Amino acid sequence: MKTTILAMLIGVLAMGLSACGERPAVIYKQGKYQGKPDTQPWNNAYFKGDRTAWENALKARAELENEYRRMNTGDQL
Amino acid sequence: MARMKFLCDAERCIVCNGCVTACKNENEVPWGVNRRRVVTVNQGVPGEKAISVACMHCSDPPCMAVCPVDCFYKTDEGIVLHDKDLCIGCGYCFYACPFGAPQFPQDGAFGLRGKMDKCTYCAGGPEPDFSEAEFKKYGRNRIAEGKLPLCAEMCSTKALLAGDADVISDIYRARVTTRGTGAEVWGWGTAYGRPEKAPTQAPEGK
Repeated sequence: MKTTILAMLIGVLAMGLSACGERPAVIYKQGKYQGKPDTQPWNNAYFKGDRTAWENALKARAELENEYRRMNTGDQL
Repeated sequence: MARMKFLCDAERCIVCNGCVTACKNENEVPWGVNRRRVVTVNQGVPGEKAISVACMHCSDPPCMAVCPVDCFYKTDEGIVLHDKDLCIGCGYCFYACPFGAPQFPQDGAFGLRGKMDKCTYCAGGPEPDFSEAEFKKYGRNRIAEGKLPLCAEMCSTKALLAGDADVISDIYRARVTTRGTGAEVWGWGTAYGRPEKAPTQAPEGK
């Protein structure tokens, strides 16, 4: 009798603990990005959330690719 | 808001492979993976042209459409990135991409295909900015430093342009009107000829 109760107790304990290691399931949504969220490129130590400063920095860099302007041959180019 | 694009001027590319080297070095791309390549069109035929090709960060990316695990996302700036933790290396994106941009490291046993690697427009990935994890998986995050992709910045003849579409289009237009030839931009229509797909994620801080 005692052995049966003990066995049942162990069984109940094992069942109770079995869910402890379960990880939350990813609910898949077709066609939706499933990965980690990314941060905005201006939210960091360089730009401190200033989006305009970030955009201006990139624009200034892109303008450097215009060698007509770098050669100072005229503003119309 | 800026819409980031690549533009390769076939009239100017001298096949120096500076863009390829810059990309490899800046992002410490593993052996066997080439995020950027220089392709010669009509080699040996008079008037042959060369273009530098990588992920073009398409308006409506076919890689994103075919990915069975939906690991791709598109930022507000139009940069197409992916989460390597989700990628299963199936290779569908490789078949879908018209530019052959997705690359797969094959250094495992029996030619095991690893997780997809591609040009990130030097914008890192979905790991904390400037973290070691981001650098190891995706390479340098120059965009968050306010810089453009190094391939374009290193280009000696400025054949490869990167940046806001309006700015680089203006630069190219000025060139074409000045030299009077070479108005065709290879891959531009394929990459950006379709309506822009909306950004697919809601980044933190929005």
